[in-house]
Amino acid sequence: MDSSLLLGITTFAYLLCSLLYVGFSVFKPATVGRIATIATIVAVLIQTAGIILRWIESYQEGIGHAPLSNMYESVVFFSWTIAVLYLVIEWRFATRAFGAFVMPLAFLAMAYASLAPINKQISPLVPALQSNWLLAHVITCFIGYAAFAIAAALAVVYLFKYYGTRGTASSSDQTPTSLPVLDDLLYKTIVFGFIWLSIGIITGSIWANSAWGTYWSWDPKETWSLITWFVYAFTLHIRYTNLLKGPAVSWLAVVGFLAVLFTYYGVNFWLSGLHSYGSS
Amino acid sequence: MNTGRSVWHFFASVKLALFLIGCIGIGAIIGTLIPQQQPAGWYAGVYGDQWARLILVLDIDTMYQAWWFNSLLGLLAINLIVCSIDRFPATWKIMRRDGLADGMKRFSGQTTGHHISTELSAGESVARTLSLLRTERYRPRSRETEQGVLIFAQKGPWTRCGVYIVHSSILVIFLGALIGTIGGFKGSILIGEGTAIERIVLRYTGELKPLDFAVRCNSFTIDFYDNGMPKEYTSNLTIIDDGDEVLTTDIEVNKPLTYKGITFYQASYEPSQDFIISVTNTETGASREFVTGFQQEVGWPEEDLSFGIINARAMGPTVVSAKLWFAGATPTGQWVDSGAVLDVETDSGSYQASVRQRFSTGLQVVKDPGVWLVYGGFFLLVAGLCISFFMNHRRLWILVSSKTEHTTELIVTGSANKHRPAFETQVERLAHNLSNEPT
Repeated sequence: MDSSLLLGITTFAYLLCSLLYVGFSVFKPATVGRIATIATIVAVLIQTAGIILRWIESYQEGIGHAPLSNMYESVVFFSWTIAVLYLVIEWRFATRAFGAFVMPLAFLAMAYASLAPINKQISPLVPALQSNWLLAHVITCFIGYAAFAIAAALAVVYLFKYYGTRGTASSSDQTPTSLPVLDDLLYKTIVFGFIWLSIGIITGSIWANSAWGTYWSWDPKETWSLITWFVYAFTLHIRYTNLLKGPAVSWLAVVGFLAVLFTYYGVNFWLSGLHSYGSS
Repeated sequence: MNTGRSVWHFFASVKLALFLIGCIGIGAIIGTLIPQQQPAGWYAGVYGDQWARLILVLDIDTMYQAWWFNSLLGLLAINLIVCSIDRFPATWKIMRRDGLADGMKRFSGQTTGHHISTELSAGESVARTLSLLRTERYRPRSRETEQGVLIFAQKGPWTRCGVYIVHSSILVIFLGALIGTIGGFKGSILIGEGTAIERIVLRYTGELKPLDFAVRCNSFTIDFYDNGMPKEYTSNLTIIDDGDEVLTTDIEVNKPLTYKGITFYQASYEPSQDFIISVTNTETGASREFVTGFQQEVGWPEEDLSFGIINARAMGPTVVSAKLWFAGATPTGQWVDSGAVLDVETDSGSYQASVRQRFSTGLQVVKDPGVWLVYGGFFLLVAGLCISFFMNHRRLWILVSSKTEHTTELIVTGSANKHRPAFETQVERLAHNLSNEPT
């Protein structure tokens, strides 16, 4: 039993969870919903075990660092965070309505990690990465990214509902997929992500200062994280001021997640800079 | 006057903030897509003459230093200041509002809220309500009114400042960055092993800036993992201040050295064409290091020794082994790996010798007096976000009035500026506690 086997199983488990949630959303039998939840909990546990095992393996190989140091490891953690946050939302808001939209993201992340031509080896840390800030920076950023992924999924639900039922939706509808309730949940998810992204940028900036003597150098990754931050700051102000009504916040949540993806993925491959560790 | 007011309102508007955030965002994106700080000819080669001229005129080649990009940041700062000054008095008024007076108005018309009847007397009910509120960490105040005793209690009026804390944190970060730019500098130095340097090359301008002290690099080493990846770059540095060696220490990536407010960061290295040969007399223990070029003869007259590097093997620019020549030794030339020890017998005696390539260590040199202000701003930003997103201003009013000789009525109502459903639950719980007979 090694970590790559467990993480491989996780990929298929998330596919199964996604299908179960889709089945639940389409056919609505409560049993399928319950099975979907149990399957997701089991999948998360398997993935957690896989991540911990990879951590242990890195010590056995004499390398010894948390599994958060390259593209592969960060995508695995990203998918884990999405699944865990999803379960928290399912439990807090007592609804399985979003599983069909969120769990495919966790699956796609794992599928990308397994299938893409990226380095899956446990590699030692280059000097710049040898810092206590590594854990704080990567974990906080990815909690933020995962929240934004979920926000984008909620936004898609909102947009489907909005354009699908324009004028016919009752305003007194208080089910989890009613527009006001969705809007509130979307807002809360964005706020949660925004705080974590802020902390992620801050820890990264303090780390940069201790490694290179500059807390901000307009490196493409830094700049794109700031652009992402701007998109969500913009979104939150739009919502406070009600300047744009209706689906604007949802559209912005989708745009924001595209900015997240570009910050996370695009910058590594299309732009060059100090932050090239993630690309290998 | 009218112009002044309209300028003020222009700068106080959220729309301006959104517009500026949009413009800064677009500028920042362009800066990541068009490579920065290239020579002028490069842009002409890649984008054509017309576009290159536009790029250079708009300073897009140095976007983040461009006057207009930084002016946008300045405008955002003015916008934040004006917006806060414009809105804060109203917030302050709400924070200082007399809750009891508000309560009188609240109960003057139709009274919505939780109605509770109890058999306690009005006086007992008031006392019980006050003590219950105190156990919930409220500090209630009460007043006799025509309708009965009005009790007011609130929590977190100051949390209405959260948004101002967030906005001022951004100003604090800007101020810290400004102080760092004006009062500090960033530069770099390349110090060859065994040499000391007293001036640095400033970033952007390339000017030389003298330091008040000298920095000597005693040695530079690279450790590798088994797979060939670099493990650590280490420079052993000595600070020489006024002729005294005040401090000798190792620096690594992520482990800088600060002296007199100036911080030295391990940033790069360069292999040189020179070698460092160390020779030790195994009998007397006499030992010396010599810096020499390729195929140059070095002498150690005290030991009557003559030696040099006659050949070397390199991987890229890094020398892995060298052929060391000693006059009078048999054989005269021997290969030795970089850093390994070679035993040499010559007419003068027996020696141990080792060779390594001479490196120069590249250091970032930074003085930034604003960095703690920036960190303070970071703290305020996170604290302010948490206050404005997770905390709220909660107000409770309870009117206690005698209905008949034996019954007293309590009306419980509350308001919160955020998170109303959660607060409504708390109000319900309070009403429930008040309606239970005391045990």
